[in-house]
Amino acid sequence: MTSFLTLLRKEILRFWKVGFQTVAAPVLTAMLYLLIFSHVLEDHVRVYDTLPYASFLVPGLVMMSVLQNAFANSSSSLIQAKVMGSIVFILLPPISPFSLFSAYILSSTVRGFAVGVGVLAVTMFFTPLGFTHPAWILVFILLGGAMMGALGILAGLWADKFDQLAAFQNFIIMPLTFLSGVFYSIHSLPAFWQGVSHYNPVFYMIDGFRYGFFGVSDVSPWQSLAVVSVCFLFVAAFALSLLKRGYKLRA
Amino acid sequence: MIPAISIRQVTKRYGDLQALAGVDLEINQGEFFGLLGPNGAGKTTLISALAGLVRPDGGSLEVMGHDVHKDYRAARRLLGVVPQELVFDPFFTVREVLRFQAGYFGIRRCDDWIDEILANLDLTAKADSGMRSLSGGMKRRVLVAQALVHRPPVIVLDEPTAGVDVELRQTLWQFIRRLNEEGNTIVLTTHYLEEAEALCGRIAMLKGGRVVSLDSTENLLRKFSAQALRLRLGEGPGLPEALAQVSVQKDKYWSIPFQTYGQIESLLAQVRMAGCVIEDMAVNQPDLEEVFVRVMQQAREGGAS
Repeated sequence: MTSFLTLLRKEILRFWKVGFQTVAAPVLTAMLYLLIFSHVLEDHVRVYDTLPYASFLVPGLVMMSVLQNAFANSSSSLIQAKVMGSIVFILLPPISPFSLFSAYILSSTVRGFAVGVGVLAVTMFFTPLGFTHPAWILVFILLGGAMMGALGILAGLWADKFDQLAAFQNFIIMPLTFLSGVFYSIHSLPAFWQGVSHYNPVFYMIDGFRYGFFGVSDVSPWQSLAVVSVCFLFVAAFALSLLKRGYKLRA
Repeated sequence: MIPAISIRQVTKRYGDLQALAGVDLEINQGEFFGLLGPNGAGKTTLISALAGLVRPDGGSLEVMGHDVHKDYRAARRLLGVVPQELVFDPFFTVREVLRFQAGYFGIRRCDDWIDEILANLDLTAKADSGMRSLSGGMKRRVLVAQALVHRPPVIVLDEPTAGVDVELRQTLWQFIRRLNEEGNTIVLTTHYLEEAEALCGRIAMLKGGRVVSLDSTENLLRKFSAQALRLRLGEGPGLPEALAQVSVQKDKYWSIPFQTYGQIESLLAQVRMAGCVIEDMAVNQPDLEEVFVRVMQQAREGGAS
């Protein structure tokens, strides 16, 4: 237990010490998205009839920031340690694969949560938000962070170099998050793309999360919860099995 | 008594390279053991296998009787490894790094021991400095400290003094010697043969993934290296035939072996009788470098690839 708690503490301190870059910067980015998109699109996009576009946008931006930062946390921690060689410090001690796994997932979730709360706090100055179902908000912010933390472990283990990780981020994570209804309701899409969006797990994270704020969503929050949970379990099981095998960690 | 380290028939292949070709080695508790060999001999692979960083293809390794694979928790807790690469975590201070490392081994609140290690490695003044700001030598000291923070009874140092200044070598060896005197087992790989000669009680030499020689340092020196009289001759007659046959000429020096100091006088008398002019003279002590070269030569001739 001590080894798990130590690693968790270290992983949280690792991003917290450079919080300007790991927490403040994404908050600023999200704020810029909000200002620009709400300014440009306010009069052009109508979603859920009564909702101002800026209000609709905020939960999407919060969730997007949560997901990207949770992914960045575990993946960059692993790749850095691998490239620098400092990974030996966690390979030499008797830390079980499950402890490694849990510490990386949890620290990623914490970073996602910190960024999410930061984005929420700042954007609340710009646009009114309801908090209709706070429990759903919490469930999706945590589950989304954990899911992306697990995906980050996969990517961090697989990548040997920083550019491979960047490719993973640019070609998989970015499209998944951007094409998930952050900036629009998928009901405004043509039928074909609506159908495609239903295969994107990030869509359910954002949709369920948004339900927590406004009580309206494209699909039922329970369905979103089911999809996200199954995805999380699948990715988590895969990441854990790689850690157990010592994939690219123990030659 | 259970051996500190027991290695049986360990093999490891990387593609075409047979890094370990069946290594057998047993190191007793309390030994100061040297692991020597040229680059690529398999020293680091062997140490990595012992530490669980590399999974061998065959054979078994135990630390204090605990299999490094099946019983990895116990084995890793009993082993402290100083890696060869100068690796560090740039985000933290020296003290943070050491506390984390202790925590990974399940140890909390061990600041007294951390302070003691820091003092012994001359790191106290740097305790609150960030790792990034340390010089290479300082980082090396932190690596040693990290390996000792969980008080392992078996300590493996993989070339700890490569590229390190004289002062650190002195401090380091003083500390490691003390740990050895307190009963810890030390395994050392080094390129500085004089270090191995001064410190190690027993030495194994590795080549091509095999142990090609294993003996006490004393025996190795006696077997392979003799005392020798080194002479540089000036203009005039060469070394008499009888002496030249048993001697080795290297650069401008003749190396004439002898057993006891009493023989020196008669050797010099023969040289004088032949009318040779001596320009320079020295007496060579047996040294590990010579042993090393000879063992490696024998291994090559013996067909060990």
